Amino acid sequence: MIDKDVPQIGRWSEWRERIDAAQDADRDALLHERAQWTRRATITMIDKAKAGHIGGDFSVTDILTVLFNHVLRIDPGNPDWAERDRFILSKGHCAAALYSTLAWCGFFSPDELETFMAPLSALNGHPNRRKVPGVETNTGPLGHGLPVGVGAAIAARLANGPERVFVVLGDGEMQEGSNWEALMSAAHYQLDNLFITIDRNRLQQGARTEDTNGLDPLPEKLAAFGWEVREVDGHDYGALIEAYQPSTSGKPVAVVANTIKGKGVSFIEDRVEWHHKVPTAEQVELALKELS
Amino acid sequence: MSVDTPNPGNYDNRTAFAEELIALAENDERIVAVCNDSVGSSNLTGFRERFPERLINVGIAEQNMVGVGAGLADRGLIPFVCAAGPFLTGRALEQVKADVAYSGHNVILCGMSPGMAYGELGPTHHSVEDFSWLRALPGLDIVVPADREQTRRAVRDAVADPRPTYIRVGRHKVPDVTQESTPWERGRMQVLREGNDLTLIGTGTLVSRALQAADMLAADGVSVRVLNASWIAPFDEDAVVRAATETGGIVVAEEANVAGGLGAAVASVVAQLPASRARVRLLGLRDFAPTGSTDFLLEHFGLTAQGYVDAAREVLGHA
Repeated sequence: MIDKDVPQIGRWSEWRERIDAAQDADRDALLHERAQWTRRATITMIDKAKAGHIGGDFSVTDILTVLFNHVLRIDPGNPDWAERDRFILSKGHCAAALYSTLAWCGFFSPDELETFMAPLSALNGHPNRRKVPGVETNTGPLGHGLPVGVGAAIAARLANGPERVFVVLGDGEMQEGSNWEALMSAAHYQLDNLFITIDRNRLQQGARTEDTNGLDPLPEKLAAFGWEVREVDGHDYGALIEAYQPSTSGKPVAVVANTIKGKGVSFIEDRVEWHHKVPTAEQVELALKELS
Repeated sequence: MSVDTPNPGNYDNRTAFAEELIALAENDERIVAVCNDSVGSSNLTGFRERFPERLINVGIAEQNMVGVGAGLADRGLIPFVCAAGPFLTGRALEQVKADVAYSGHNVILCGMSPGMAYGELGPTHHSVEDFSWLRALPGLDIVVPADREQTRRAVRDAVADPRPTYIRVGRHKVPDVTQESTPWERGRMQVLREGNDLTLIGTGTLVSRALQAADMLAADGVSVRVLNASWIAPFDEDAVVRAATETGGIVVAEEANVAGGLGAAVASVVAQLPASRARVRLLGLRDFAPTGSTDFLLEHFGLTAQGYVDAAREVLGHA
């Protein structure tokens, strides 16, 4: 198990205080700076490992940035804190974005990011809770994170705990039946402490979601399943922050975050082939320039 | 019913399971039960009456059920996830792998009415693949209590030292084969009878039949060792090595598929010994079951005292 990086926790904590205190454009500028750092770290990891899922990493980065730098009640120095908010990345193939986010928070040293997918590294291609602090459950196969989130939300309620549970899913992942089982359970148990975010980038590995197994109208389906639905631009920090306000209906909350796969790099954005394509050295250079 | 079919016994292990679970839950708020609309068949009616908040029925949704168990364990609760064995292990196998075994969440998976307990309902409802499927998952204990005493112990162990575990909770009635004084140690087979000529290994419903077979063989002057495999994982390789080196042969029987089951585990240990005179015979299923009651099917597949005796004579004849 890799371990906390105390000086890094200090840096994160300082930034978080600034972000928490800032408003509107100032706050957004700070969050944008963090998100771009995460994207640069992510593409550097993928460049070194010559593997990864860059498109989904970049579409989910702003969501992770808002959660870990403003929303989640976490203590990177004490990842087992019983009353921490639970965060589950159900789209586990976007581990690089998660690892760079966790490293920024100081759950472990950012230096570890260089080992991404290297032999015996803690940073496997998909996250492992027994190797990486800050990971709640091992994901990778799709349709696993939400049921675990439902259990965590029920557990929080049984314990009268203050924590909330946040699960981030890919949109293609909503084709898995297990997610719809879990959506029903969460509504049945009125788990208003459970928040899902669907990274609605409209692309899956092989093609567009709507050309593969259509999900539309997704917000209406979620509402029909008994969820409070909030549809937002998944790259609009203010809208995301608003979407993570407590449930107003006593129902679990589904944030449908409309995103652009590959967000931030012009030649990667919204292109199906960049699901897990590895950039050339020249493309990495170009991308880092666009992200700086 | 032929003369050699043992007394089917008096006890449905689900009763002991439910009694022990409720008794422990009285003093331990961490204990919760999760099920898939199987409150009745998982014998959780009493638990629900006593602890309505702690009985989570997710409906007919086994993948979600196992994931929910993992989420509950993440908060330090001890979830007993109960469903008929075939649906728990088959329908939710990837959840058992990723959310429980690989994640290391301390979920207690309770495969109710395993083996061919559902008799005439047929192979869709039989849980005879569970050993093969679950043995392939590192880090998951597979516990098979042979009687009511062992069922209670398995439940107590799960609470005292929670770890990712699958417990096969039998429905087909069985007699007592152990006592409170019988040793019970994680990953260890119990020697229920000592002997030097031959070893019979059984698990679950087969244990009482192995003991009866030992009596029948003793009448012919054969000294038979009887081992109860209460754990399929961790697997007691030492007991198998001793059986292979100290006795002339091993007969293994299980209410499960031969492919990948307990017998396969035994055979793989014996095959890797540098030198062994032990011959091995494996009894179990090699096909989907035809229509019939549990007793009929056990007889059909030779999972009886007579089945043990026939295999034993074959082994000894070649020894």
